Amino acid sequence: MSREQSRLDVEITVNGTPTRNAVEARTLLVHYLREVVGLTGTNIGCDTTSCGACTVLLDGESVKSCTVLAVQADGHEVTTVEGLADGDALHPMQEAFREHHGLQCGYCTPGMLMASVSLAMEQGALSEGAVREGLEGNLCRCTGYQNIVAAVMAGSAAMSGVVAPGKADTKGGAK
Amino acid sequence: MIPASFSYVRAESADDAVALLGEYGDDAKLIAGGHSLLPLMKLRLATPSVLVDVARVTDLAYVRDGGDHVAIGGLTRHHDVETDALVRDAVPILGHAAGQVGDPQVRHRGTLGGSLAHGDPASDLPAVVLALGGTIVARGPQGERTISADDFFVDFLETALASDEVITEVRVPKTNGAGWAFEKFNRRAQDWAIVGVAAVGGDTPGVALVNMGSKPLRAAAVEEALRAGASPEDAAAHAADGTEPPSDLNASVEYRQHLARVLVRRALTTVAGENR
Repeated sequence: MSREQSRLDVEITVNGTPTRNAVEARTLLVHYLREVVGLTGTNIGCDTTSCGACTVLLDGESVKSCTVLAVQADGHEVTTVEGLADGDALHPMQEAFREHHGLQCGYCTPGMLMASVSLAMEQGALSEGAVREGLEGNLCRCTGYQNIVAAVMAGSAAMSGVVAPGKADTKGGAK
Repeated sequence: MIPASFSYVRAESADDAVALLGEYGDDAKLIAGGHSLLPLMKLRLATPSVLVDVARVTDLAYVRDGGDHVAIGGLTRHHDVETDALVRDAVPILGHAAGQVGDPQVRHRGTLGGSLAHGDPASDLPAVVLALGGTIVARGPQGERTISADDFFVDFLETALASDEVITEVRVPKTNGAGWAFEKFNRRAQDWAIVGVAAVGGDTPGVALVNMGSKPLRAAAVEEALRAGASPEDAAAHAADGTEPPSDLNASVEYRQHLARVLVRRALTTVAGENR
């Protein structure tokens, strides 16, 4: 009996809301988020696993959604940039990006935010070196790294004691 | 970019994966984290007709103390190797090198078994497992067999794995406080190494090279010189002996060979300094 399918149902919890859709097996997670669920905050940059613009959290950990199949995320939790804020209250990392003007054109910002939130959940308050090292998977073509680094240092400090999105309550914390 | 159409099936266990690979034959590919395979599929350089997803076989993700060695499940992610206390303590070069693969997002998905099975000479971890004298455990229709890292890498993206075999475990000897070094030279932080070197000291020194040929390589002439008592400087002079590295937009053959000698010298100097 053959079990393989070229089209199948996936159930993915996105920003706390269950979604269920039939997708082609080849559907990338970023396309599922943008085109099926309709959340366009996650950007597609290089589309080759390099730039990090499409970074989202999968079960609380940063991943590049251009290089994950929707079927691989089936049964898991995804957090996008739309899931960071609590109503009108910005997430501490978003607040820090605003405070430190951690963006120029803004295209890389959703990915920068999600990668930074994941990094801070794993390592706590971050030193400048830890930020520069930890954001190696995210490129800013405006080269506005200075303010981004300042923002992530401040945001990671502010996140101490903050309940993070996704499964951060079980997976976060210092490792 | 979207991969060509394929069918997808989830393996329930390692044995199930082996059976599925047997059923679908050469057109099927295993997918774990997918961070070597999916980029190739998006570029349509790989067009498998069936993907067998092993990522949910969670009992293949572990790090265990095997006495004289550390046993790591094939599906253990780079992030989990990088942050594992036993790996950091008993085989520090592997923990360090796992933390140099790609970037944090890649390390949250990519697996040790997947990286080895891909057999890319430009990947970091094959050279580390070679330098350590590691062993790969593969399960197939006839059960499990062990393959030494020396016999595992056959040619460009080609390994000794049969098309119906799955890597279940990777065993690396504990280095027992011997010196080690991992040198990775690249232009951008997240890139593959233009050239890389993994070196381990101790009674049987191991030195292996990243991106210096069609497959992950031992620097055999360097190892031989070390066994004969050569200094780090003198041994490193042999780093490019017999190598046929690629020439590409990052580096010419000559540049890579020069780089190999420089990086091996640095690595051996660090090893001699007993970096623990």
